[in-house]
Amino acid sequence: MGMIEIKDLHKSYQMGSNSLHVLKGINFSVAPGELVAIMGSSGSGKSTLLNILGMLDEANEGSYVLDGVPIKNLNETKAAQYRNKFLGFIFQSFNLINYKSAAENVALPLYYQRMPRKERQEKALKYLEQVGLKEWATHLPSELSGGQKQRVAIARAMAAEPKVLLADEPTGALDSKTSYEVMDLIQKINDAGNTILVVTHEPDIADMCKRIVHLKDGVIVEDKKVKQVRAADYV
Amino acid sequence: MFDIERWQEILEAISKNKLRTFLTGLSVASGIFILVILLGFGQGMRNGIAHEFEEDAATSVWVWPGETTIAYKGLNPGRYIQLRNEDYSQVQGLFESQINHMAAFLFIRGVSAVYNNEVLAYDLAGTYPNMQFIENESIIQGRFINEKDIAQRSKIIVIGRNIRDEVFENDSDVIGAFIELSGIPFKIVGVFTDPSGEGEENRMFIPMSTAQVVFEGADHLENLSFTLPVLDNFDVSVAQSIQFKKDITRHLKQKYQVAAEDTRAIQVWNPMEEAKRYFTLTDNIAFFFWFVGICTIIAGVVGVSNIMLIVVKERTKEIGIRKALGAKPWSIVAMIVHEAIFVTAVSGFGGLIFAMGLLEILGPQIEVDYILNPSVNFNVALATVVLLISSGAIAGFIPAWKAAHIHTIEALRDQ
Repeated sequence: MGMIEIKDLHKSYQMGSNSLHVLKGINFSVAPGELVAIMGSSGSGKSTLLNILGMLDEANEGSYVLDGVPIKNLNETKAAQYRNKFLGFIFQSFNLINYKSAAENVALPLYYQRMPRKERQEKALKYLEQVGLKEWATHLPSELSGGQKQRVAIARAMAAEPKVLLADEPTGALDSKTSYEVMDLIQKINDAGNTILVVTHEPDIADMCKRIVHLKDGVIVEDKKVKQVRAADYV
Repeated sequence: MFDIERWQEILEAISKNKLRTFLTGLSVASGIFILVILLGFGQGMRNGIAHEFEEDAATSVWVWPGETTIAYKGLNPGRYIQLRNEDYSQVQGLFESQINHMAAFLFIRGVSAVYNNEVLAYDLAGTYPNMQFIENESIIQGRFINEKDIAQRSKIIVIGRNIRDEVFENDSDVIGAFIELSGIPFKIVGVFTDPSGEGEENRMFIPMSTAQVVFEGADHLENLSFTLPVLDNFDVSVAQSIQFKKDITRHLKQKYQVAAEDTRAIQVWNPMEEAKRYFTLTDNIAFFFWFVGICTIIAGVVGVSNIMLIVVKERTKEIGIRKALGAKPWSIVAMIVHEAIFVTAVSGFGGLIFAMGLLEILGPQIEVDYILNPSVNFNVALATVVLLISSGAIAGFIPAWKAAHIHTIEALRDQ
């Protein structure tokens, strides 16, 4: 039983009178503990696929099962609940809330789980420690470097202890040195048994995953296991 | 629902936009301020009118004759109707069950009143003991005219407080002193005050029987005055007084052969009916004030709503992030509505307290006819509070609803 099971997924957008077919039958599964890179040029459908995986968007056809839970016809409340419980998001632009401290940002998904305040704070600190930013807990995002911001975002994605981490171009806004630091962190999290999907268009970042899925014009053209390059070697 | 996190967020959002929030709050505060002041004055008018009608007993009815204006049963118009003692006893007998007190006046003109070689230029009238209750006079010294005075045609006189104050040096000299009316000494037996003040305290009363005999009034009466039984229910009292007015008019018109539609020959003043008219008027004014006040508040609420729309726009990305992290639509709605209620409630209470303070301080100092002590009662304050909270909720709801249904992907893309 895979962590993610996708069968014959189709997605098209209505643009006026034209219909834009973005995903044309995706079949794809991810086992627990995998670290998968999804590659493709812009317009290949990789962002759409990630949005569907992240329950931010819904497919027109096909099925999506996440750890045995069919993801279908969710209303907004249910989708929010699933996102909160099952998924952790890492964005290219970090998406931290700028008037909240690092610790408060990390604690935010836990707030939506109705976890008591005290517990939330403890947990946020624990995850900040894991990404090496415990002493930055009270700082605002504006006081952190790009790499630090992304590590806070990773801590936030981890805090809810999701089944799958979805990273959308996690190193897109970083220089290569900090990119490798962030990938090193992602690899370590994966080593601990977490399932992670990374959308990227950078081959060196993709090579640091364990498997690469290539998307082109809405279909998977290549799906191969690769020998993982350890980011730690470059740091 | 107390949630430190959300309060922090609200205060954060407000402190980042102090001026904007202040200006928005100001529009709500002035809305509430205007509403409360208007309502205060509405109440003030009510109080003022109630006060104007306190002067005579609330249930009093006054009847006086005039000239006929319409030919009736072969009688020419221009006939003067004269009320007489006979009318007095007839009416008393006929309407006994409907009336509480009854009295009459006979004004005495062209009689010189002298005290201590000083001519007193005050109104003089003959009357009955019950006039005290009809005119609502309170005795502050001595007594009023009594039945014995009427029976014995006593030469006694009761004077208003103002006369006492103007004529006598010491209050203790008043009772027992004599005022000469056309050279005949009348003994002062009492001093009265009247709720309507000086004007009505410039009068002197002597017994009706004495007035008719001594001053050649024959059996004439100038008017008939009554009080009706006091009832708890205002509307029933009004109905009762209108009924009595109709009955007594019909009786006198029949007796003196006056046309039913002749309004000059028999005239009736019924304060109860007038009061009812005024109170209906103040009710309408109060309604109008509410209307204007609420419109003003709506303007304020639209302001808050507008600001919340901008807030939502500014925080689109943040809302996207929250939704991606698992915020349910309702928690977004609650966040925005909470902020809107907070802004409206705080500024609205400010306006409410300011307006009530102003009424409290300035209200009692306002001395204008028909406006007395403008104030708002607890229920009105409570109603405005409810109005505030609900208008805050309405102001926040539309922007909040919009925020909650922003598409997460698009919201995340927002810069």
